[in-house]
Amino acid sequence: MANDGIVLKTEGLTKYYGGVHALEDADFTLHEGEHVAIVGDNGAGKSTFVRQITGVEQPTAGKIFFGGKEVAFNSPIDARDFGIEAVFQNLALADDLDVPSNIFLGREETYFNLGPFSFLNEKKMYKNSMEALERTGVKIPNLRNSIANMSGGQRQCVAISRAASFASKLIIMDEPTAALGVQETTQVENIIRGLKKQGIPLILVSHNLRQVFNLVDKIWVFRRGRIAGMLEADKTDGNEVVSLITGVKTGVHENASYI
Amino acid sequence: MTEGTVTNQAEPVAAPATVEGGKRQRSHELNALMGLVGIALIFEILGWVFQGQSFLFNAQRLSIIILQVAVVGIIAIGVTQVIITGGIDLSSGSIVGLTAMVAMSFAQVSTYPRAVYPNLTDLPVIIPVLIGLGVGLGAGLINGALIAYTRIPPFIATLGMMVTARGAAKWYTRGQPVSFPTDSFAAIGQGMTPVFIFLAIALLFHVALKYTVYGKHTYAIGSNESAARVSGISVERHLIMVYAIAGMLASLAGIVIAARGLTAQAGMGTMYELQAIAMAVIGGVSLSGGRGSIVGTVIGAAIFGVIISGFTFLRLSAYYQEMIMGAIIVAAVVADVYRQRYRTSAR
Ligand SMILES: Nc1ncnc2c1ncn2[C@@H]1O[C@H](COP(=O)(O)OP(=O)(O)OP(=O)(O)O)[C@@H](O)[C@H]1O
Ligand SMILES: [Mg+2]
Repeated sequence: MANDGIVLKTEGLTKYYGGVHALEDADFTLHEGEHVAIVGDNGAGKSTFVRQITGVEQPTAGKIFFGGKEVAFNSPIDARDFGIEAVFQNLALADDLDVPSNIFLGREETYFNLGPFSFLNEKKMYKNSMEALERTGVKIPNLRNSIANMSGGQRQCVAISRAASFASKLIIMDEPTAALGVQETTQVENIIRGLKKQGIPLILVSHNLRQVFNLVDKIWVFRRGRIAGMLEADKTDGNEVVSLITGVKTGVHENASYI
Repeated sequence: MTEGTVTNQAEPVAAPATVEGGKRQRSHELNALMGLVGIALIFEILGWVFQGQSFLFNAQRLSIIILQVAVVGIIAIGVTQVIITGGIDLSSGSIVGLTAMVAMSFAQVSTYPRAVYPNLTDLPVIIPVLIGLGVGLGAGLINGALIAYTRIPPFIATLGMMVTARGAAKWYTRGQPVSFPTDSFAAIGQGMTPVFIFLAIALLFHVALKYTVYGKHTYAIGSNESAARVSGISVERHLIMVYAIAGMLASLAGIVIAARGLTAQAGMGTMYELQAIAMAVIGGVSLSGGRGSIVGTVIGAAIFGVIISGFTFLRLSAYYQEMIMGAIIVAAVVADVYRQRYRTSAR
């Protein structure tokens, strides 16, 4: 089972929504301990790619290898069982539930196993949520408040803490800081640096090139459903990335607002 | 975590009760309770003014209110869970009718010469009960599967079941009522037994909704179905389970009614679905899903019962009563819509 230190690999990964070719023939590789970014214009297929490798959707064609073995995730539970956690672009939180319930949603701690009627161990979930939030440096005044009463930043932090505390093999974040203020963004970036130290691989979807260059080792560029190329962060610059994103080879002005 | 930690520790985890929304949730139930007291007091005053007697302090009247509430309340317990998932069940009233007919046909005494199944008389009570519950289970499974797998709106799926089950109830004996149950079957509906059944069911599902994974997932699906799905909850399976439970509770109500009346008619339970929905919504269960509780629904049921029997007490004609019932249902939904609006704007 030689996997050459490759955590995740896709071959010819393709997803059509009816006539829309959202993702086509994507060959992607992620090595152990590596943090990579996926960049690309709106509609480039980034979120679609994320949904295929997390079991939320099933690809039209192509193969996914995880830890050297081919996998077919039929549901997010399958991906989760492999230690893959994701923060989705549109927040995947249940508004009417409190913080611990959201962090443990779908994997509740119980006292004894009575199937769906197992009794919840709220105490343990509360305690573990506290610890998870503390580890990631997230401050939430009262965990028993329902998520609906929290700010966008707090909600996103809960989602990220959830993913960060359960991910053992791979963590995927789809535009985690898109709606966040400066302080919250810094906080999320610090969480990501912490994951790097722990050696947990990361795929970060982001439109923020400054952030991308600050955080990751490699940059995968998507354009119109295809992978346009991969660049090593320390061997490239914003201009090259932008020209790959747009498909226009001509250099972009130094102070283009994109950068 | 300076301040946050302190608050959290000061308020110990001893209150896992606030699963779905902390203070706001509790105040809904409290509001409903105060509403109940207020409405009862209004009728009490009207009673003394117009009838020269007490409305509340009349053991017979109270037991009638409680009995009325109990039967539809059993349905409301199931409907509450359906509504929390963001769905609706319009088929419960028809399931009551069909179950009453079917259960009664297996509960007849041998001394009655025109039994539906002359060879199947004097059966032990467990048989008509299980067959009756099976009717609701089947109908609920069909509701749930339609909603979960074909993605048609719950409103449409259960409307279809409402018409179909009522039709089946009429077809079952070609419109003839079914009567003469065994004593042991009749006992299910006698005295205060229906009330004990209602309270036991309410307690059971109160615990299930508040303290078990089942409850957590029920709220999660109604709150954000796609979040529930990506969190690994098997939404389809869960919805089917919830509708099946609602179907079985409607059947239980059907069994109780048939046993109480000693007869079953195809028209039994007509409009009960709306009364049950009204009880839930009055009790603070939100039609947009994700919020509500069994405690709320029990209080809602009591409010509903007090209003209806209050108008009977004031000798209002039955026609007015139906109109008032309609108005109550609409008012409860309007109140829910306003709560939603306040909630979204407060965010
Ligand atoms: N469920 C769906 N059904 C139909 N088309 C879809 C669906 N999801 C995505 N698409 C289409 O697929 C294409 C890729 O969408 P995707 O969400 O992957 O883009 P993205 O790169 O994540 O963009 P953004 O930066 O805006 O998040 C778009 O053209 C989009 O309209
Ligand atoms: Mg996207």
